[in-house]
Amino acid sequence: MTTTTWLPVLVLASSLVPAVAIFLLPEDRHRTRTTLNLAGALAKVGLVVALIPPVLAGRRFEWRVPFLPEVDLVLRVEPFGLLFLGLSAFLWLLTTVYAIGYLRTDGRHRSRFFGFFSLCVVASSGIALSGNLVTFVVFYELLTLATYPLVAHQQTAAALRGARVYLTYTLGGGVALLLGAVWLTALAGPVEFARGGSPAVAALAAEQPGAARAALALLLVGLAVKAALVPLHGWLPRAMVAPAPVSALLHAVAVVKAGVFGVVLVVDELAGVEVAADLGLLGPLLVVACATILWGSVRALRQDGLKARLAYSTVAQVAYVTLGVALLSPVATVGGVVHVVHQGLMKITLFFCAGLLAQTLGATRVSELAGAGRRMPLTCAAFTVGALGMIGLPPVAGFVSKWYLGLGAVDTGQPWVLVVLVVSSLLNAAYFLPVVGRMWWGRPGSTSRSGTRARWEAPPALLVPALVTAGCSLLAAVAAGVPLAPLSMAWLIVQGG
Amino acid sequence: MADLLLLPVLLPLAGAVATAVLPWRRTVGLTVAAAQLGFAVAAVVAVLRDGPLRGSPGGWEPPLGIALRLDGLGAAVGLLAAVVVLAVLGHAVARPAAAGGPSAWPLTLVTVAGLQAVLVSGDLFTTYVALELMTVGAVGLVALGGRRALAPALRYLCVAVLGSFAFLVAVALVHARTGTLTLELAAGALPPGPALGTVLALATVGLGVKAVLAPLHAWLPDAHAAAPTTVSPLLSALVVKGSLVVLVRLWSALGGHAGLAVVLAVLGSGAVLWGGVLALRQDRLKRLVAYSTVAQVGYLVLLLPLALPALDPAAPDGARTGALLAWEGALLLLLAHGLAKAALFLAAGTLVGVAGGDRVADLAGTATRAPMVVLTFGVAGACLAGLPPSLGFTGKWRMLEGAVTSGAWWAVAVLLVGGLLTASATARVLGVALRPDPDPAAARRGVPAGARWPALTLAVLAVGTGVGSAWLVDLLLVGAVPAG
Repeated sequence: MTTTTWLPVLVLASSLVPAVAIFLLPEDRHRTRTTLNLAGALAKVGLVVALIPPVLAGRRFEWRVPFLPEVDLVLRVEPFGLLFLGLSAFLWLLTTVYAIGYLRTDGRHRSRFFGFFSLCVVASSGIALSGNLVTFVVFYELLTLATYPLVAHQQTAAALRGARVYLTYTLGGGVALLLGAVWLTALAGPVEFARGGSPAVAALAAEQPGAARAALALLLVGLAVKAALVPLHGWLPRAMVAPAPVSALLHAVAVVKAGVFGVVLVVDELAGVEVAADLGLLGPLLVVACATILWGSVRALRQDGLKARLAYSTVAQVAYVTLGVALLSPVATVGGVVHVVHQGLMKITLFFCAGLLAQTLGATRVSELAGAGRRMPLTCAAFTVGALGMIGLPPVAGFVSKWYLGLGAVDTGQPWVLVVLVVSSLLNAAYFLPVVGRMWWGRPGSTSRSGTRARWEAPPALLVPALVTAGCSLLAAVAAGVPLAPLSMAWLIVQGG
Repeated sequence: MADLLLLPVLLPLAGAVATAVLPWRRTVGLTVAAAQLGFAVAAVVAVLRDGPLRGSPGGWEPPLGIALRLDGLGAAVGLLAAVVVLAVLGHAVARPAAAGGPSAWPLTLVTVAGLQAVLVSGDLFTTYVALELMTVGAVGLVALGGRRALAPALRYLCVAVLGSFAFLVAVALVHARTGTLTLELAAGALPPGPALGTVLALATVGLGVKAVLAPLHAWLPDAHAAAPTTVSPLLSALVVKGSLVVLVRLWSALGGHAGLAVVLAVLGSGAVLWGGVLALRQDRLKRLVAYSTVAQVGYLVLLLPLALPALDPAAPDGARTGALLAWEGALLLLLAHGLAKAALFLAAGTLVGVAGGDRVADLAGTATRAPMVVLTFGVAGACLAGLPPSLGFTGKWRMLEGAVTSGAWWAVAVLLVGGLLTASATARVLGVALRPDPDPAAARRGVPAGARWPALTLAVLAVGTGVGSAWLVDLLLVGAVPAG
């Protein structure tokens, strides 16, 4: 049952209004800005929570505006979109709290920062709500533009270089996406996302398989840039010059997630899994995903910078989602979809902690972390939870995703994917366990700058978000079977309801 | 409805006289600009409701009298002009140094009157006179830049007069062959053949010169580099559009010419690519923006070859559909370019003032000193590059859709590469603006608060109109030949 309402617009407005207001605010109005930020973030969480029961009951909310004659912009609340929306609303709230604390010490250009930060959330909410391809493209590109000033925020030569690389990659990907979208629209009309694939695309694939294959492949190539699939992942490690809250958001909910969310949409809801498989798109996608998982982990091994190591880990981990979609099995798709949430929770925890360690101890390299656990036990505990989850150990959320991906691999008779998963876990262990071990059991040596400050833990505004996301990563695994848990939602999305 | 046709021409002419002789230039100028906006909105509403507006001054009907006709395209460009002029004059009030002295006011209003006359004229000779009026105003505006601007202004004048002459010969040919100057009456009367080809070729060259179609663009960057801040937006966003509107009307009325279309396709593509590359390589900000105009005019000229099948009733259905889509897209781009380029030139001029030098390298630190102006530059640049959400994106989407539908893959490539070039040029400027200030302690001039808003408003409009553009397409199709 579809209802036309303004609700989806309100979801966007809850971050667009603060964004505009913050841009216009003078630099020194800290209190007003904080109030606006938190009010917007809370309003968004409230809206999402209010949307959950009716959507689970089968209602759909929709809003359209004529973009061009016969082409509408469509915002629609669907279960998968709502899952992504819920994730971004929840993590945005936490990241806002964290960012307010983080920029308190290094606070230049805060209006610009928080303005674009909110605009980023507008874009990722829009991506979550988009009901057709044009709408998706609009918000996907808006995300590129809104993140550029955030990556460049520190205005150092390195930051500007990272931002330029980021823009080059994403605008290049945007061209492929735009061409694919226009081509598909010209051939099949303004295609809307639908469960099991759009009938118009299926008809096109039957009539002109060549054109359909090329257009869909262009879409996937465009999306692969933001999803950081090898060999289009080069921007991600360089973009981590951004301030910690931005990296956290970029890696957990905004940019890379927009990429994989798009991959899931294109395969599952635009083409439909069967059509995509018939067109021969899933095989290459599977190979690329596996290669990305392994290559990202191998590169992560050799990074000494903590954030660089985390960045390569993101490259590998996000490819799990693509893997889940590329395997022709509902169980694997559940694993992929639920990993969107799980990876978000765990990775944001890790980036929060990396920022805390850098700010409190001045430690940005793995080699400087020796003994950090004794000075900042809570931070290091949260980091440990995230790291164990990335390896895929129970009882952390990463285990659940990996379990379902593995089941799916067996299900489709492709056991070699299991090998990839196991090797990936071993590699994850190889680059995360030394960090964790050094934190807890290392001796602060001469290379460590641990002694420069007297404070033990970071202020609560920074610490609490990290603890909350770490707790959620545990809870998502322990209570995976409970209704409303990410896993249950993923089942609902894949099976329909 | 004759009021809505004549008043927007007569009022700025009266305003020009008043601002030339009376001391209250700002009041008169702003009042006229505000009234123009009112007329433009009323005209858009009337055209959307009743179809094209017609009139004949003094009650003399064609073929004896002058035919006035305002179609959807004219009404849309009229609205664009009203908005841009109001913003430009607002900027001039807030930053008088940017306007180029007291003569700027009457010259601006004469140019506006000329453009408005171009938009409402339904016969070719009136169009010629109106184009001349607009050119006289525009040349005067370029010359406001002082000694440095005299050579470019003179060059512009020569080029424009040559262009007018070519156009006049075309008009004379039409009259000799059909016995009428009214465009609508001449439409069916000129059969395809050498005569039609000659008319279109002459008119296209003449109007192409005025619209800075490459390779006839050499005067433009020098003129912009020397012109005061408020002159560049008028030239690039409006004066160029006047000639393009006439070109589009002429082609759609007379039916186009296949051979000429190929030439235009080559020239347009060349302008997009060459202009884009040159823009990227400029080290002076205003020249960078000026070369981007050369590239953008290339896009708009691509309209004619892409839309050609829509003018031919015998063309197959698929080709006609694609051509119509490209037609809509290119005209949306025309409006988007007007808004965004005006914003870009205003922002660039302000940035040059803030930076204290007009080289791109001088811009370091401006993102800290004038964040709003840099933001305006970025937003307008994104719109020109066709990035969403903006009217530039909407137009590009539609034009790409048309090119894909009619199988014109060369145009698809040109549009996509051109967009990337524009985006790179904008990103290059932003990258420099974000660099730390080399000399933070130096005393510098700030931006008057009132000078930020006009450009920002234009940029926001360029973005905002892109979200729901269906009404604009409906407007642009009113009275257009391919739609009928």
